[in-house]
Amino acid sequence: MRLSLYEGNDAIAWAAYQAGCRFFAGYPITPATSIYNNMLKILPPMGGTVLQTEDEIAAMGYCIGASMAGLKAMTATSGPGISLCSEQISFAIGSEIPLVIVDVQRLGPSTGSATKGADGDVQFIRWGNSGGLPVIVLAPVDVKDCFTLTMHAFNLAEVYRCPVFIASNKEIAQTRESINLESLERPDIIDRLMPPSGGPFLPFQSLPEKDVPGFLPIGGKVIVRQTSSTHGVNGYITTDPDEIATMIERMNRKIKTEIDRFSFAESLIEPGAETLILTYGVTARAARAVYRDLKTEGNPISLLILKTLWPVPENLIYKNAEKVKRVVVVEMNLGQYVREVERVLKDKKVVFLGQMDGRLISPNRIKEVALG
Amino acid sequence: MDSLLNKNRPPVFCPGCSHDNVLYSLDKTFQDMGLQGNQIAMVSDIGCSGLFDTFFNTHALHGLHGRALTYAGGLKLARPDLNVVVTMGDGGLGIGGAHLLSACRRNLDLTLLVLNNFNFGMTGGQFSATTPPEAMVGSGFLNRLERPIDVAQVAVAAGAPFVARSSAYQKDLPELIEKAIRYKGFSVVDIWGVCPGRYLKRNKLTPNMIDDALNKLKPLNGPVLQNMRTEYGQSYREHAADQKPISPPAGIDARFDPPKPGRQEVVILGAAGQRILTAGEVLGIAGLTAGLNMTQKNEYNITVLRGPSICELILSPEEIDYTGITKPAAVIVLASEGVLRRESLINQLDHNTVVIQVVGVDIPSTNARVISVNFKGKGIKKTDWALAALAFLSNMNHVLNSKMLDAAVTIRFKDKTLHAVKEIVAKATA
Ligand code: SF4
Repeated sequence: MRLSLYEGNDAIAWAAYQAGCRFFAGYPITPATSIYNNMLKILPPMGGTVLQTEDEIAAMGYCIGASMAGLKAMTATSGPGISLCSEQISFAIGSEIPLVIVDVQRLGPSTGSATKGADGDVQFIRWGNSGGLPVIVLAPVDVKDCFTLTMHAFNLAEVYRCPVFIASNKEIAQTRESINLESLERPDIIDRLMPPSGGPFLPFQSLPEKDVPGFLPIGGKVIVRQTSSTHGVNGYITTDPDEIATMIERMNRKIKTEIDRFSFAESLIEPGAETLILTYGVTARAARAVYRDLKTEGNPISLLILKTLWPVPENLIYKNAEKVKRVVVVEMNLGQYVREVERVLKDKKVVFLGQMDGRLISPNRIKEVALG
Repeated sequence: MDSLLNKNRPPVFCPGCSHDNVLYSLDKTFQDMGLQGNQIAMVSDIGCSGLFDTFFNTHALHGLHGRALTYAGGLKLARPDLNVVVTMGDGGLGIGGAHLLSACRRNLDLTLLVLNNFNFGMTGGQFSATTPPEAMVGSGFLNRLERPIDVAQVAVAAGAPFVARSSAYQKDLPELIEKAIRYKGFSVVDIWGVCPGRYLKRNKLTPNMIDDALNKLKPLNGPVLQNMRTEYGQSYREHAADQKPISPPAGIDARFDPPKPGRQEVVILGAAGQRILTAGEVLGIAGLTAGLNMTQKNEYNITVLRGPSICELILSPEEIDYTGITKPAAVIVLASEGVLRRESLINQLDHNTVVIQVVGVDIPSTNARVISVNFKGKGIKKTDWALAALAFLSNMNHVLNSKMLDAAVTIRFKDKTLHAVKEIVAKATA
């Protein structure tokens, strides 16, 4: 056997490079900084660009420019940086700009605790944009996931032309872990699609049979328009309600209706189990310990670990919870994702366990609640 | 060359708006330079000047207020051959101040045209960063309380290598803009004009008055000698070409058997400067040489040279799920700073845990097996105690053995350092 040592942030950087990322801009912030440190070592010798910007707003602005010029771009920050980026995130959503945004969550509110973990940005990432259109959010559990999900994130950003978030956590980002590189799942790389040739280029015209427009880069032969204003297919501002509605509904549809294609999860379903633990992020590791313990003790429970948080993988949750009576939602905050679970599983008893003190939720606490 | 103006979308500025003058001057510049639409990207900010991108048949990017320079920078870094022209009002200047300063310092080859009309036209004539205090604007008395900035001077101070002030009515404006675009570096042209829609309602400002005001200032017409230097993109590419490619962390082959089966947790409690994290890494590598999985978590103050330094390490033949410490096999106590952070852990230990305690560091009462060691007496420096404690553990065949440790230090250190490390190991186990 051959194992290597990676921190979650190292894995994100290497996976980004492998997924084709050639542009990174960031502003140092604990606990995300080591993604920038890594990118600074990886990209420049390979012809990529790394920039340290004046703030997080600029980091995302540079990424938007680079992405519109055709490069795969990423920025990494933490909750305070995501707050600053809100308007840029809205721009990337509403103007269909592929982007990967890493939020290495730390304990909030506000400046909070730079060196303590949390999953307190889970609803914030979803709703922290003006207009409220859907976003894609993936949540790694460990180093392996940081690698695989980052590659997926780039693919999804390219396929759906949207920002894709990786909701990491200090406890994953800065935990060094052994991994077997050979056993890593590496999805095939996907690039954004060009429009069919012939006819004038309309920057926001969907590809045939798709809800996503074809991409041409700013700076190429064909003239390309990009705008943050409410626009029609030609990329010019519009006031026509029908045109606006068509565009908004398409952007909503392109992500929401496709969720079953990228509902990443790990489900450990025990026949006859009456309780399902539903969790995500680093907390899933403690939940796995509980799952194993209870199985050995002959009192099995089921476990569902979500790795796609947004859009909510409703079918997946519904299917996995079908056979149980009780669902225990565990998360490192005061109850954010549990709202979604309650909404999806209206006929089940949903119990919540949360903790927000900078410590991991221990297997013992989860076990207590799981056993009721 | 033909005009690059979009015939289907004629300008829509208020009659008499000086933005019109800048628009036609810029179009003339493009024609004089013989540029095609696909060689130019117009990046526009918010406000009336933010409409500029729609009037040209060029690449265009219209984004958020004050952020135009950030998009422009991303485009230019990705497409160095593209002529990137940014239009921004005095509003964008204020809200995007940090980006303006950084663009001046960075010196990417962008051209910034500031369409300076001394107020916010679009939102009702409120005061901007350049509104004179005596002007009557849409912000009541508030503009009387703040001083306007001279953006050209600010740009010079921040390091822009090309800075010019001009009137929107100047005959040679197309030539000046051409010089700015041709200049290989960040160029700023502060173009003064009028806003009949708002500013002129209660203030008098004519092209002549603008000329007079400009004439009173020390002229700035282009290259700023003291700021001239290699353009950022070019510098970046030169430096990047000198960087050596790096490889992902190398794998470590399993070659030994661990001393004990099952999960082993180790906590090292020390202080900043005691190389706790490095010792943790060595222990982790030692685990890998025995085919064990590992997780390592570190805790230290943000002020890295002071305070506690704690390392929590788990080695296990099985996949490690929970990364928290539950029942440590060993706790290494090297400094009171670390002990203070983990008093309750030490309290709860039972006889299954070995505590390696350097003499002189007190610990709370505990049921663990406490072994006192005097590394100082063995001539080992405080900064090496963490490593010495690992050697001590390996000597006990607890958590790791001496073969694992030897392999780990040989992987982690080279040459002289490796030699020194081996000496510490020898002293600690003597
Ligand atoms: S409001 Fe002022 S700046 Fe805007 S178009 Fe009218 S005159 Fe020009």
